[in-house]
Amino acid sequence: MSGRADVCVVACAEAFRGDGEILAAGIGGAVTVLAARLARLTFEPGLLTHDGACLLTGDVPALGEAPEVVEGWLPFREHLWLVLNGRRHVMLGASQIDRYGNTNISCIGDWARPKAQLLGVRGAPGNTRCDPTSYWIPRHSPRVFVPEVDMVSGLGTDRGAFELRRVVTNLAVLDFGAPDGSMRLVSVHPGVSVDEVVAATGFDLGIPPNVPRTREPSDEELLVLDRLDPARSRDREVAA
Amino acid sequence: MTKVMTAEEVAASVESGMTVGIGGWGSRRKPMALVRAVLRSPVRDLTLVSYGGPDVGMLCAAGKARRVVAPFVTLDSIPLEPHFRRARQAGAIEFTEYDEGMFMFGLLAAAHRLPFLPTRAGLGSDVMRVNPGLRTVRSPYADGEELVAVPALTMDVALVHMNRADVRGNAQYLGPDPYLDDLYAKAAARCYVSCERVVDDLLEEGPLQSLLISRSMVTGVVEAPGGAGFTSCEPDYGRDEALQRRYAESPWEEWDER
Repeated sequence: MSGRADVCVVACAEAFRGDGEILAAGIGGAVTVLAARLARLTFEPGLLTHDGACLLTGDVPALGEAPEVVEGWLPFREHLWLVLNGRRHVMLGASQIDRYGNTNISCIGDWARPKAQLLGVRGAPGNTRCDPTSYWIPRHSPRVFVPEVDMVSGLGTDRGAFELRRVVTNLAVLDFGAPDGSMRLVSVHPGVSVDEVVAATGFDLGIPPNVPRTREPSDEELLVLDRLDPARSRDREVAA
Repeated sequence: MTKVMTAEEVAASVESGMTVGIGGWGSRRKPMALVRAVLRSPVRDLTLVSYGGPDVGMLCAAGKARRVVAPFVTLDSIPLEPHFRRARQAGAIEFTEYDEGMFMFGLLAAAHRLPFLPTRAGLGSDVMRVNPGLRTVRSPYADGEELVAVPALTMDVALVHMNRADVRGNAQYLGPDPYLDDLYAKAAARCYVSCERVVDDLLEEGPLQSLLISRSMVTGVVEAPGGAGFTSCEPDYGRDEALQRRYAESPWEEWDER
């Protein structure tokens, strides 16, 4: 039986479809890492995936397991080179995101003296300027989906993003396919209504006339997920 | 010829107002023995250049930092560095916030004695807004592309922690990632290397490719076993997560391992 987290992992994996022989980089947590590994083990076998540190793995280990085969070395300096080179699709997180996909992981409030200092921009400016980027947002809410972000860390479609592929949340899949590059609803997860997504979004969202449901994982995908994450740590990452 | 000295001697050579680069990444292979020596010294008003971790957090908490130049400050397994957060939220420090790749190009520019290096990273983001001194350059070739001119991150002093070094200052990493430590050494007027062990023959410890820093870049060597703790120093030891957790949860005044 599949749960919401399985649907989310598969929806994130779908972001990598068609990417070919590039690095699928999931940034932290279970869902994005599982998504890259699932895509590689099923419909996108050319993908490169890493161990969360600096090894490119020849096989695809379960979460927290060491690879049996190592096929490459990607220390931070090489990772920073790869960002500029572009053969990489990264799935980032965001504390705030606006309707053009500008995102913030730096701080909340006035940058000069923030109400809450967060991580700093990290690699988000370069990632979004140079590489295809997707987002995984485990808690879809108006606090995250805001009219305006406090500090643009990752670029939106209106600021020169290279390509924002999709945004996957605990409720829905979204993209930036509207004519002006703004966010629109692609699908709602099974059991979620369009109204719920609209209520959880703090700006006007493009809503097509007929919103499909996000696809359920296949039996094969569920088997792969059970092998990669037998403890189901993906469930703990997804808001109910 | 020996460059072996004590952490206290290194700290005594750091003057108030200097720019200090600190190697490692987040909570990984930080030169914590040297940082602690600086914490105990009277120095202040430092500009810190770092892929920041507890090094930045502690120096902020102790009132040693005037400015921090960083793309992030994190404890890795604990995403947010509590003392850096507090300093930022209190308005106690100035902050030069760069993208990670911009930051590396700043180190590369300094290491190559160039005034700047151009990159796409940073364009279009609020990094340009919060660093009004940043300039762009236009490619002189047919593409005419506009790029960020990342200024060289030159520094007075660099502090790095390595797995092994010899008395002359050649230094070696044995873990999976060199981080950017060689660039700090090359970007600084003076670089001090602490290490787990001073040895006679580095090639008995690891392969040729593990020789990261040349003695021509190094002013002093400090033998400091455990000197990266509680941050990680693979393969000699991993991060001391329990101690890091206690650090993150303790008020600075009660933190007894300063």
